[in-house]
Amino acid sequence: MAIATTPIRVLIGKVGLDGHDRGVKLVARALRDAGVEIIYTGLHQTPEQIVTTAIQEDVQAIGLSIHSGAHNSLFPRVLQLLKEQGAGDVTLFGGGIIPDDDVPRLKAAGVEMLFRPATPMHDIVDFVKGLRVER
Amino acid sequence: MNHACVGRVSKREDVETMARQVLAGEVRSVARVITWLENQEPVGAALLKRLTPPEKRAMVIGITGYPGTGKSTLIDQLIAAYRRLGKTVGVLAVDSSSPLTGGAVLGDRIRMQRHADDAGVYIRSMATRGQSGGLARATRDALQVLEAAGYDVILIETVGVGQSDIEVVSVAGTGIALVAPGLGDDVQAMKAGLLEVADIVVVNKGDREGTDTAVRDLREWCPHVLRTVAVKGEGIPELIAMIAEQQRLQDLAHTPG
Repeated sequence: MAIATTPIRVLIGKVGLDGHDRGVKLVARALRDAGVEIIYTGLHQTPEQIVTTAIQEDVQAIGLSIHSGAHNSLFPRVLQLLKEQGAGDVTLFGGGIIPDDDVPRLKAAGVEMLFRPATPMHDIVDFVKGLRVER
Repeated sequence: MNHACVGRVSKREDVETMARQVLAGEVRSVARVITWLENQEPVGAALLKRLTPPEKRAMVIGITGYPGTGKSTLIDQLIAAYRRLGKTVGVLAVDSSSPLTGGAVLGDRIRMQRHADDAGVYIRSMATRGQSGGLARATRDALQVLEAAGYDVILIETVGVGQSDIEVVSVAGTGIALVAPGLGDDVQAMKAGLLEVADIVVVNKGDREGTDTAVRDLREWCPHVLRTVAVKGEGIPELIAMIAEQQRLQDLAHTPG
């Protein structure tokens, strides 16, 4: 029973008007099983709520699931708020229905990684486990 | 990834500066220091020594009870009530770490997210990290940090506990045990442990069948029993009043002379 003494803390949640939470719950559960501490905010969060929560919880990363088509406004808004509030060191990643054309733009804006449909779960786990940021 | 951010909190900053920022109630510093304490970083212990408790001590309320009885929902209501009274509120919400992997899904704050935009409320989820008794390894330390940061009221939510997980009662000024109707007969109410040491016993989900029986059975043995329906806010003003009275009596008992 080998337990890391300092687990990674990651906020997982959904922003905006989007009730599709089967995927995000599976991701949260898989990360839990990989030894990650997940702060799960649930549905219908605003970017402001996500960022204040991330700061209060001192997470290393935020993973947002978006299936509503609002990714082009929600991801940049979260990044902007993180910078404004002095938390630009928090990694933002995401997943959901995001068309090919939007991916380069979001990555250029600062979204570290986007996991789209048919991504194997271990890709997400490996990505998060690779996020060892010193606190 | 952009590392050149504004005002990043780093442990390379000197401990004095961090302590000053915590005492000024600066949220990022409060959060980072709690992380250090959770991770048992030596710098965390050094910092804790520099945090003097404020002259006016925080009101510390522990909320414990069996899983699914409504602890997080009750806390959401208590946050709202204390905010209406003009108090700032800190919350430490504990959930279990996996004994197998060390991972955790910390979901208490889902019920409290309407307070996420309120600068007068700080909510921190904590994983037990192998600690038994209902609290996390660093909950006591985190409590000290929140008190130094000046929060008026600090609410501690334990994991969903069993009969003998009573650690929170020794930490909090007021210990509230939450039960739901239908969890046992009158003999359950006289058993030793949780219900014995709690200052206040709350029968939540008090619109369900069996509430009257549960309240009656508990009143045989526990001096302070209240019925609430936390999702509807019923019984919250009565609970706030009971907490205030309990803390007042406690202060009287501890006043010298």
